[in-house]
Amino acid sequence: MEYILIIISAVFINNIVLAQFLGICPFLGVSSKVNTALGMAGAVTFVLVLATMVTYLVQTYILNKLGIAFMQTITFILIIAALVQMVEIILKKISQPLYQALGIFLPLITTNCAVLGVAILVIKKDYNLLEGVVFGASNAIGFGLALIILAGIREQLELADVPKGMKGVPVSLVIAGILALAFMGFTGIVK
Amino acid sequence: MNQLQNFTKGFFKENPILVLVLGTCPTLATTSSSLNGLGMGIATTFVLVGSNVVISLLSSLIPDKVRIPAFIVVIASFVTVVDLVMQAYVPGLYEKLGIFIPLIVVNCIVLGRAEAFASKNSVLSSFIDGMGMGLGFTMALGVLGAFREIAGSGAIFGYKFIKGDGILVFILAPGAFFALGYLIALVNRIRKT
Repeated sequence: MEYILIIISAVFINNIVLAQFLGICPFLGVSSKVNTALGMAGAVTFVLVLATMVTYLVQTYILNKLGIAFMQTITFILIIAALVQMVEIILKKISQPLYQALGIFLPLITTNCAVLGVAILVIKKDYNLLEGVVFGASNAIGFGLALIILAGIREQLELADVPKGMKGVPVSLVIAGILALAFMGFTGIVK
Repeated sequence: MNQLQNFTKGFFKENPILVLVLGTCPTLATTSSSLNGLGMGIATTFVLVGSNVVISLLSSLIPDKVRIPAFIVVIASFVTVVDLVMQAYVPGLYEKLGIFIPLIVVNCIVLGRAEAFASKNSVLSSFIDGMGMGLGFTMALGVLGAFREIAGSGAIFGYKFIKGDGILVFILAPGAFFALGYLIALVNRIRKT
């Protein structure tokens, strides 16, 4: 039951993009086509779950044990950067099709604040390892959901007549605002 | 380019938020009031100036291949300093900004200036560049925060000037997207004419 609550609240109520404002750069950057949005969502899910797991273990068994929890920021960002590199190298070796699909998105993920943000949130919320992984995975799903919805709308928007100054980023932001309004309707499902 | 131009480019011509559209996450998340926005801006400015200076000092020592990880370590050190200082001296603001303080590490503006400017220019130019970009960022956050606070709760810097509630949506998440969207549209419009 607890896990279902974590999932629903992370995907719908506290959606990572639309309510928590994490990962806005890729949200605006790679949302012009549904296919690229799917690729990005896949890559983020992969890295996010892995990163949550590793950073949790490092925090509990190394940083806390040694009493150097203040090194959290530096350690986490280095872990994420190294992890992204490793995933890229391993994918290239073992699965060429998967690498082709996710490859170009992987380097972008290091500076995606969603990954570092979720890793820090897991520690802040005092989750255990399993809860942390579930939380990470459902946040990744929430990110993918928002990204794919926006991409779908933007594909349709290519045919619309948008005022000059609003083209590109501003109109995407306004659409995101309307999406955020819609997602606010989920507030109150889980208390 | 003289130093004055170098300083002022961050305010309008190359404003990190309104023109380059970098660092949108903290922009949206921390501007629910003008004070939060300004606090976030000042914290980011400190990191930006510090990391720009240190990176331009070290740029001849850092091998080209590992420069990005090296830059990130320098930036993360400054972020840790800001994190601890704010926790000690402004706990209220620290509580409100929450995880967005450690997340300055992944703010594209900071790494972007390190890579595009500080690694190629002198210490003084890098300092001025960091200062200008940081204050431009702070200014945009302040404007956005002030607008959202006035529209959303009828107050400015915490002083209420209307009775009752404002347009609540501007304080909530959707209002952030709307306000930033129209602000960028406005800047686009002014720049093109």
